[in-house]
Amino acid sequence: MLFTSYEFIAFLAIVFVLYYLVPKRAQWPLLLVFSYVFYYLADPRYLIFILVTTISTYVLSIRMEKINTEQNAYIAENKATLSREEKKAYKAKMKARKWHLLLVCLFLNIGILAVTKYTNFVINNINSFLSDASKLQLVDMIIPMGISFYTFQTMGYIIDVYRGKQEAQKNPFKLALFVSFFPQLVQGPISRYGDLSQTLFSEHKFEGKTVSFGLTRILWGYFKKVVIADRIITAVTTLVGNPDQYAGTYVFIAMLFYAFELYCDFTGGIDITIGIAEVMGIRVAENFNLPYFSKNIKEYWNRWHITMGTWFTDYIFYPISVCGPMLKLSKWSRAHLGETIGKRVPIYLSSFVVWFATGIWHGAAWNFIVWGLMNFVVIMISQELEPLYAKFHHRFAVEGKAPWEAFRIIRTILLMSCIRMFDCYRDVPLTFKMVGTMFTQADLSVFTNGSLLGLGITAADYLVLVVGFVIVLSVSLYKYHRGPVREALYAKPAAVYYGAMALLFVITIIFGAYGAGYDSSQFIYNQF
Amino acid sequence: MDTLLEILQDLHPEVDFETCDTLIDDKIIDSFDIVSIISEINEEFDVVIPAEEIIPENFNSAEALYDLIQRLGDE
Repeated sequence: MLFTSYEFIAFLAIVFVLYYLVPKRAQWPLLLVFSYVFYYLADPRYLIFILVTTISTYVLSIRMEKINTEQNAYIAENKATLSREEKKAYKAKMKARKWHLLLVCLFLNIGILAVTKYTNFVINNINSFLSDASKLQLVDMIIPMGISFYTFQTMGYIIDVYRGKQEAQKNPFKLALFVSFFPQLVQGPISRYGDLSQTLFSEHKFEGKTVSFGLTRILWGYFKKVVIADRIITAVTTLVGNPDQYAGTYVFIAMLFYAFELYCDFTGGIDITIGIAEVMGIRVAENFNLPYFSKNIKEYWNRWHITMGTWFTDYIFYPISVCGPMLKLSKWSRAHLGETIGKRVPIYLSSFVVWFATGIWHGAAWNFIVWGLMNFVVIMISQELEPLYAKFHHRFAVEGKAPWEAFRIIRTILLMSCIRMFDCYRDVPLTFKMVGTMFTQADLSVFTNGSLLGLGITAADYLVLVVGFVIVLSVSLYKYHRGPVREALYAKPAAVYYGAMALLFVITIIFGAYGAGYDSSQFIYNQF
Repeated sequence: MDTLLEILQDLHPEVDFETCDTLIDDKIIDSFDIVSIISEINEEFDVVIPAEEIIPENFNSAEALYDLIQRLGDE
């Protein structure tokens, strides 16, 4: 059941109505039931996977919690008699017990993710070294919808319990809802238990403003998805699917189109998710903060897919960077390679692991791995060049000046869009080749010879896209300079607010890319 | 505290670490800075700051960071 399907709209309507009709204490159990119905309708077999993750995490987190309680009680009871060393040794012993439980949970769940998602990738790579006669058979593997998202979210939870940052949830059904909450099951965000649980399990009474804000957010998401992303995708698919025909300037156009499509697709999907939760009074973490206004790639990654970035930072980057062996390596490298380079060794190594993991998390293909590593390279180069940038800014006093800031924003968009071409073409060598043709086969006549009308979208579609672009840009600029648009509209007379909502609704209905035989495309991030 | 302030000043000479208490909240220091700081602290104070202690409350100010070093040193 796609977010953009009529079935899903009907499903949502039923959930919203029932959510406010049932007794308040039954609201979260109702969401659990509907989350499982949603997942069951996608494919009944998926339930096995999500149940294994939920049950294993529940059992192991409860056991960790018992160790925490036992430890606190023992230390409190023996505070007066325990020496510092004894206390330290006791804590280390208890931590080791928790560590074993955590390892079991991580191996099991990351293992399921790895086996379902990467088995065929591994087989394909092995096969590339084998003769035709000895090639291994690919496995017909089920990849449960949203497995990367709910696995990461759940593993984040159990790591927090291990670290003592989070008390384990004693009610297995509440944990099951945290893992399976249907709006974010498809493409995130990757919520933290401490944040989501604050509103997920509480009782919510119907409040007009909250519900209308949620509906506006949902509408805004649908506008971006069905009016823009689902329209421009035809041109992108034509351009990147026929590399022999569309090289040079066409690649540049595909790059910009894909940047716009992905933005509208992913942020639109997240708007729908956050809006659905908001209608029910539930706060889901924001996943974007105007990413295309970033002035450098590091800032971009603090604004794009925020929950994934912070997940990787907290649960992979920091643990690797500050672990014992890494600190030893840091000491060694400072002594042998000099202070400047030595200091950076842990950062470089951890970042490499993080970007490799980020790449492969996005998909079981070399394209994604290379995409991740390209990000790593660009971020490291920017990091190294920072002193040079500082000198430049100081020497020419350009920082804060509008043209310079605009240049930095455009440069970041182009750089990110270029790296993202690895998402588009069928393999890595082809991507490098096609990106190369942007520079070697530039031909500006493609803008005037009418060939852009042969990409599967009409002049009227281009007009809708231009208007859509202007609307999205205007809303973003308003938000960037003045704050949330919904609040501003809501502060105006009711006719303005509801008029704007009605207009957006009409635009979405009329200009949504659904003509005869329309089949809305899957959200791009669903496949991750 | 002076040693810690020196470590921080080396990274960001433009910041007044004695008064600033929003180092994380205002994104004055980032994850790369945090790793550098932890590595320097390990060298200077012989204290290991584990990943679970990397939370805004411990890194928002030099004072909070110093308290963390002392707490971990005492444990």
